Amino acid sequence: MKIHEYQAKELFRKYGVPVPEGRVAFDADEAVAAAEALGGYPVVVKAQIHAGGRGKGGGVKLAGSAQETRSVADEIIGMQLVTHQTGPQGREVKKILVEQGLNIAKELYLSIIPDRATAMMVIMASEAGGMDIETVAEETPEKIIKVYVDPLAGINPYHCREAAFGLNLPASVIKPFNQMLVKLYKMAVDYDCSLVEINPLVITAEETIIALDAKVNIDDNALFRHKDVLEYRDLNEEDPLEIEASKYNLNYINLDGNVGNMVNGAGLAMATMDIIKLAGAEPANFLDVGGGASAEMVENGFRIILSDENVKGILINIFGGILRCDVLAEGVVQAARKTGINVPVVVRMEGTNVEEGRRILAESGLNLTTAVDLKEAAQKVAELVS
Amino acid sequence: MSIFVNKETRLLVQGITGREGQFHTQQCIAYGTQVVAGVTPGKGGQKMDAVPVFNTVKAAAAATGANCSMIFVPPPFAADAIMEAADAGMETIVAITEGIPVMDMMKVKNYLKGKASRLIGPNCPGIITPGECKIGIMPGPIHKPGGPIGVVSRSGTLTYEVVHQLTMQGIGQTTCLGIGGDPVNGTNFIDCLEAFEKDGETEGIVMVGEIGGTAEEEAADFIEKTLTKPVVGFIAGLTAPPGRRMGHAGAIISGKSGTAQGKLAAMKKSGIHICENLGTLGELCAKVF
Repeated sequence: MKIHEYQAKELFRKYGVPVPEGRVAFDADEAVAAAEALGGYPVVVKAQIHAGGRGKGGGVKLAGSAQETRSVADEIIGMQLVTHQTGPQGREVKKILVEQGLNIAKELYLSIIPDRATAMMVIMASEAGGMDIETVAEETPEKIIKVYVDPLAGINPYHCREAAFGLNLPASVIKPFNQMLVKLYKMAVDYDCSLVEINPLVITAEETIIALDAKVNIDDNALFRHKDVLEYRDLNEEDPLEIEASKYNLNYINLDGNVGNMVNGAGLAMATMDIIKLAGAEPANFLDVGGGASAEMVENGFRIILSDENVKGILINIFGGILRCDVLAEGVVQAARKTGINVPVVVRMEGTNVEEGRRILAESGLNLTTAVDLKEAAQKVAELVS
Repeated sequence: MSIFVNKETRLLVQGITGREGQFHTQQCIAYGTQVVAGVTPGKGGQKMDAVPVFNTVKAAAAATGANCSMIFVPPPFAADAIMEAADAGMETIVAITEGIPVMDMMKVKNYLKGKASRLIGPNCPGIITPGECKIGIMPGPIHKPGGPIGVVSRSGTLTYEVVHQLTMQGIGQTTCLGIGGDPVNGTNFIDCLEAFEKDGETEGIVMVGEIGGTAEEEAADFIEKTLTKPVVGFIAGLTAPPGRRMGHAGAIISGKSGTAQGKLAAMKKSGIHICENLGTLGELCAKVF
């Protein structure tokens, strides 16, 4: 789960990780009030969307006066902010963060992530702060320090020293940096963060350490133990069809193509998308109805696929294991009767109770195309939408 | 022959009295697996069908000689269940549970270092040695006993698809297992490849990967340097968009890392027979093996 910068900074404050003074604003009046309350200019106005690269896209601006704050806020709120992470259509900005300006002496990069290959927490730090870290990793990998922490032993002073000396920090900031890193690590573990990233982490002219930016992602599988974080969910940042699907525990991702598909199991769902493409069409979605899907879930899945106007045909690919083919077939028949399916549907079923499933579909009187194997199914649906 | 489990395996089931645990235990018994015990804290002394239920894994192991555990415990308690199984000396632990927090699994993985237990999964369909024993949730009848092919995969139903195509071609399997769709898991591709290489009956291997992480790249490197048996490889997720989790917690392209294209390139380089189109995997295997 992604959260906004201002929400991440709330978590930082809770753990004592230094962040600039700031307030959230939803319109220009609130922005000016926020700036005035900070007690001095310049202030920084930052678009709050779930995507990186906001500065380059024009979503982060400096304002030197109340008047300038108003015009900058007016400009940013409501804009379609396009960054390398939003796609070409961009994302509408609904709120901004107004923060005090700082006297920046140096910008650093710092992140903590669970490393899947080693099963360790990895602290990544770099003197090349403020830049895209993937570019740094590609062009000058020697500029990135990695410190691995065993999650059972936790963070120790030597981990901090490795990071601090690796960053060539001035002596005066080593201690505050180390203290900050311990707090940040604790937060990352306590909140099951799949990413904590500060880019840039700033050393000010006054030789203090402050997290100028904050990006926090939280492991979806751990949300059951972080009820407070659930309140951070921002539906404006999600695709409406994906929100609808999540209500029914359906794993759905909206894509650009024209062939809707419904599959049981994530791996098979990806492979089905791939084979649709190989047959010359484009997948309109990823939809895993899961191992224990009921007829009702299948019906909801159908309804969601059909709400995507780009869908010109549907491929259903079920390998019956836990999800039996007869249950799927009943779901398909119910859905077809209720929603009135108006695009061609190709069904390919195999596995548990497949004969019964095929019988239910055949006797339903519905206009369905059946396929015996995956290759044939993909070819048939591709022909039907071309 | 087979890898990791066979007809001698004595299975206990953690979470045996839950809906899923109960159903799949019955399916495993029907397949011929020796299910000797179940564990549900607080339900010790009861029975699930004819299977005695215990409060702890240690008690179950002491009373029945179980040497393998299959776990159906819900995600918040699954890490605890895996560590309990390891402490009770289970040689093999098969964790079916989907949705365990990554932080929990990182702790488990480090906890298991230096211990004799092998963890398979989590978030996996389990492991089957066709005709001998089934420890997991896969449909038994699609498998063909007798070998000579081993199957290892990160997925569930995609594995069934692969196995089904092999069986339709008349190609049997030695052992088929899913190593799970989570970012941090127990047994990895290399562990399985190594075991299949040593297994006398296995003559070839099908390896099914997907986007996310670098496990396939590492496996490809291992295959190039070490393996003598032929490998057919497939990767799911060529059309997956970057930055999105495709169902499995571990199936995500992060930046330029974890793409299907990158994995396929590494696998091609190492001499793996690549299957580009899942619909033709069975035919390709018939040619290669």
